[in-house]
Amino acid sequence: MGLETRLPQGFVTSTLDSVVTWARTNSLWPMPFGTACCAIEMMATLAGRYDLSRFGAEVIRFSPRQADLLIVSGRISLKMMPVLLQIYRQMPEPKWVISMGACASCGGMFDTYPQIQGVDRFLPVDVYVPGCPPRPEMLIDAVIRIQDKIKREKAGGLTAGTEPRRPAFDPADAQAWRPRF
Amino acid sequence: MLDEIRRRLGDAVAHEAVCGDDVLTVSAEGMPAALKMLREEFAFNLLADLFGMDYSRAGNPPERRFAVVYQLVNLAGRRRLRLKAFLPEAKPEIESAAGIWKAADWLEREAFDLYGIVFLNHPNLKRILLPEGYEGHPLRKDYPMQGHGERDAFPKYTTQTPLGDLLKERLA
Amino acid sequence: MSLTLEPAEDGSKAVVLNFGPQHPATHGTLRNVLHLDGETILKVEPEIGFLHTGFEKLGEHLTWQQYVTVTDRMNYFSPISNNVAWALSVEKLMGIEVTKRCAAYRVLLCEQSRIADHILSVGLQAMDLGAFSVFLYAFEERERFYDLWEMASGARFTPSITRIGGMMREIPDGFLDATSRVLDGIPKTLDEIERLLDRNRIFQKRTIGVGKLSREDAISYAVTGPLLRACGEEYDVRRAFPYLNYDQYEFEVPTHAEGDVFARYRQRMLEIRESISICRQAIASMPGGEMNVNDPRVTLPKKADVYQKMESMIAHFKLLMEGHGIRPPAGEAYVPTEAPNGEMGFYVGSDGTDKPCRVRVRPPSFINYASFPRMVEGKMIADAVSCLGSLNVIAGELDR
Repeated sequence: MGLETRLPQGFVTSTLDSVVTWARTNSLWPMPFGTACCAIEMMATLAGRYDLSRFGAEVIRFSPRQADLLIVSGRISLKMMPVLLQIYRQMPEPKWVISMGACASCGGMFDTYPQIQGVDRFLPVDVYVPGCPPRPEMLIDAVIRIQDKIKREKAGGLTAGTEPRRPAFDPADAQAWRPRF
Repeated sequence: MLDEIRRRLGDAVAHEAVCGDDVLTVSAEGMPAALKMLREEFAFNLLADLFGMDYSRAGNPPERRFAVVYQLVNLAGRRRLRLKAFLPEAKPEIESAAGIWKAADWLEREAFDLYGIVFLNHPNLKRILLPEGYEGHPLRKDYPMQGHGERDAFPKYTTQTPLGDLLKERLA
Repeated sequence: MSLTLEPAEDGSKAVVLNFGPQHPATHGTLRNVLHLDGETILKVEPEIGFLHTGFEKLGEHLTWQQYVTVTDRMNYFSPISNNVAWALSVEKLMGIEVTKRCAAYRVLLCEQSRIADHILSVGLQAMDLGAFSVFLYAFEERERFYDLWEMASGARFTPSITRIGGMMREIPDGFLDATSRVLDGIPKTLDEIERLLDRNRIFQKRTIGVGKLSREDAISYAVTGPLLRACGEEYDVRRAFPYLNYDQYEFEVPTHAEGDVFARYRQRMLEIRESISICRQAIASMPGGEMNVNDPRVTLPKKADVYQKMESMIAHFKLLMEGHGIRPPAGEAYVPTEAPNGEMGFYVGSDGTDKPCRVRVRPPSFINYASFPRMVEGKMIADAVSCLGSLNVIAGELDR
């Protein structure tokens, strides 16, 4: 604070860390990976009534190379999983993943042969949003939690977020419970 | 009109009225001729649906396990007709209807994919809903709903996973 | 999109372009492999199945009443149409005729779904061609329907509102007035959209003459719904095979002769206006009486009776306990309905138990999409985008 009194008007001092974090949180560029009904709620979140661009996430980038927040909305089936993995790999670091809806988080109501029981078996997920489909306010809450998460992580200069991240769930842990049918 | 159709198709046809709808059961060998006749002479020009059925767990199973069901619509006369052909378990084959209605193309691919019913002389009989190398025909009654573990058989992802691991045939 | 070069038969190189399954202009998870000569499409190979969930297999493991929740997730633009189609098929199997009030309420909700589906389809079609404001205006109208459906059932657009023999609950107070108010506001939005698109030269050049499908081809491909009516064939299941007392409502079935993308857009706009009229008739003539049919095989008895009368308690037990439940007689039934995308119906097979033996969805999107290569071969990539938007392919229904 002392430094600012000696500088000419219009200068603010901060740390590089805070500035980078501020830029990252308030300009998340989502990559909407919408497959099914949750995609319609995601469209509702981006449309006029619940406007995600109020939180800086206006620029929807359908090219993964220009996005940093992957929103997996909808059920992911056998054929689609390699596509999702490819898209995730194409996104540059730092990147975050929201798993929107019950199907993306845990397979949802579809415990069937082609449905992946949760994308966290194969991707590292940062925020899970329950619901079938979740209301737009819940998706906005998830984006705000991502923003809080980014603020808590140290930006660490310009090389943060590049350490290897592993998926949270190990299918081997699920052997104890089997469904009735 | 129904009596005329039954007369033309002859003895190979059984008719019943199920819940108010007319259902004709035709033999698998006689089905292509029957369909052609229905389209050309009786103006059933819309093939509304074509799908397979598996009767192995039914309460009173018929002698042949599989069936192919055709739902036809006569647009001008506003009539509907359902045809069924039963196929044996060992050799579930029937002639393709893709030459009569273009809609049969994808519908037959789906019946092949999910039941394993083979449509002879189909232009492109490949799987349509499941990946190419998938084994098994899921809608058969002896196939478990959770599958045989294909849905967990992906390599786990880390940033160190070499790209070759992920680019299996499924991506092609 | 990724490119590879491969030699064509005459030695020239055709470019193979992969369009989808992750692409902003493919609505849902479709993949088209385009073989191109410059910008002209020589061949299209569609590939689907990226959202295959096994709905038909799931039908064999859920009870008759539980399956309605799954039907919501098929055509998620107009979920109530699917709920109604399922209930109608099972009711036909059991020989149940719903009450007049239930029929009118179902018609009201189906037509609301039709308006919501068509208006979003037009919005997405316009968004693909660059007119983003149309999407925002259309979505705001759809949000108003979400408010109505939330009032009726609790969920925005996966209501699961029908039950076998009736509906989930009685019409809420204020629902009919709120619906009237929403219906009063839609023509203004439609006029706005027409002002933006109808005489817009860019929209006209991208849609008139593009993606033409002849009437014979459409019938051969079993295309139904607004796509077929835009090709000149007047087939509407509500007129041809009436259900839910549709023959007592007055409405027109518009058709267009050209069969191109612009005709489909105009077709949907006209159908929205007809649906508004049907909704108003349903509200004006809403009969009184019970909502659920008084049949102990399917309807839960009143709560007071369950606590006081033995027969009601036994009936309640038989409907809800594991292994009991609704048990249609053995047989197979199919009721065709006019979903916003075309003819839709559930073919249900029963063997007398509490779970279906076979559930088959007649998926209009799947069958309509098979005609896409026919519409687009020989045209340019931009025409393919325009056609895809007009087809209104919904991946949930396409892949089930």
